Amino acid sequence: MAKITFITSDDETITLEGTSGSVMALAVENGVPGIDGDCGGVCSCATCHVHVTPEDMVKTGSASEIETDMLELDDNADEYSRLCCQIEISDAIDGVVLKVAK
Amino acid sequence: MKKSELPDPFEKARESKGYGEMNDQDDPVTMLLRHKDVRKSAHNYKTFQSGAVPGRIVIPSEVNIRDTRQIPFEVDPPVHGVYRAIVEPWFKRPLQAEYQERLRSQISEIVEEALQKGSVEVVTDFALRLQSRALTLLLNTPFSESETWISWGTHVFRSEGEALDGDKANILYHYIDEQIDRASEDPGEDMYSVLLNSEFEGRKLTKEEVKGVMVLTFAGGRDTVINAVTNSIAYLAEHPEALERLRKEPEITGRAVEEMIRYFSPLTQMGRVVTEDAHVCEHAVKADSRISLCWASANRDAAVFENPNEIVLDRKVNPHVGFGFSHHNCLGATHARQILKILLQTLAQKVASFEILDYKENIEDLDHFQRKVGFHNIQIKFNPLTK
Ligand code: FES
Repeated sequence: MAKITFITSDDETITLEGTSGSVMALAVENGVPGIDGDCGGVCSCATCHVHVTPEDMVKTGSASEIETDMLELDDNADEYSRLCCQIEISDAIDGVVLKVAK
Repeated sequence: MKKSELPDPFEKARESKGYGEMNDQDDPVTMLLRHKDVRKSAHNYKTFQSGAVPGRIVIPSEVNIRDTRQIPFEVDPPVHGVYRAIVEPWFKRPLQAEYQERLRSQISEIVEEALQKGSVEVVTDFALRLQSRALTLLLNTPFSESETWISWGTHVFRSEGEALDGDKANILYHYIDEQIDRASEDPGEDMYSVLLNSEFEGRKLTKEEVKGVMVLTFAGGRDTVINAVTNSIAYLAEHPEALERLRKEPEITGRAVEEMIRYFSPLTQMGRVVTEDAHVCEHAVKADSRISLCWASANRDAAVFENPNEIVLDRKVNPHVGFGFSHHNCLGATHARQILKILLQTLAQKVASFEILDYKENIEDLDHFQRKVGFHNIQIKFNPLTK
């Protein structure tokens, strides 16, 4: 079981719990604003962009090459950016705080 | 070669030099073929603009058959973003459960009918009808309107040949003008009325702007959806194991849809007009010439996709550009994805197998490249699943 906190662009804080699947799917199921997950999580739409809190990067890991290529063209992206459809939920990411990019 | 296969005509040019050249009505096009260049250039709206003379970024060019600017498609940022924000919520309605239920019952009916008839010509009797009926949901207009759209046939902008046909396009433009006038006199809850009532920078959208959005909606989602639907069925006909897998593992349906969009790339390419002398993969392109973002080629780029010429039904990481990329990505994608998802689910539930009886391929002539995009017609037998 992992607790995941989203901070939306309106500064709303939403904490959710999940056990498996992707962070994007959890956010979409719970209607987190700014995470649309249009492509269902195959890394083709970038509507699941989040900024990981710097100290949580050790838990989530950094973006894969395919993610970076995708994010490279997003003016809003930085070194803490992830496409959260590519973050799997597990105990390892318990407690992470993610800022929704959109 | 399998009948459902869509070969990649761009491979050699993509790998050797990265671009192709195409003449189109004396307004030549440099086609970008690599995934990376396509995405980069799609993002770079300053050098590669959409807001040129209406019709020019379409290939083949529609400059001679249309004056109406398609919106938000033929507008560049930042104004593009203002229009896009107006229409976006409307185009996200397919995410609503009620919308999906209605779509499901439409699709169910068409599939049942095909099963009863035994064999159908999928392009006209299945895909065109499905696309037209589903469009009544997107526009929120009476179901009966679909009969009119079906009667136009599969080619709204082209007669049977390849050439653009201004008279045929006029049928659509007149129809849309009439609908806009009707909605402005007697507003309802359809898309025309909603657009007429939308605010753009402190004023209402003009009729011409509304027309621009409507033309885009009709044109962008017609051949593309018809080809995607037809190609999916042809694929399943030749890959019974895929149909079986969708039955057993319905959770992969979403990925299967994305993979089919990648492989079929229903829209081969989209153009841009170059605003300043520039370089694309070490090739000079001049101001006021055209480039194209060749989605179909980018989607087979082996630098990005393993086994690019195969449909890997549950492909996990799939950064395809089948719905375009960046600012102008497909407005109708939410609708299209739901159509395909529900179609695959319904076929998996009701159809045991298919048989392709007869067909004629639809090959796009791109000057130096010939690309199969689907079929002009394909007769397929639907065998029911008996439980
Ligand atoms: S959901 Fe599409 S890229 Fe993450």
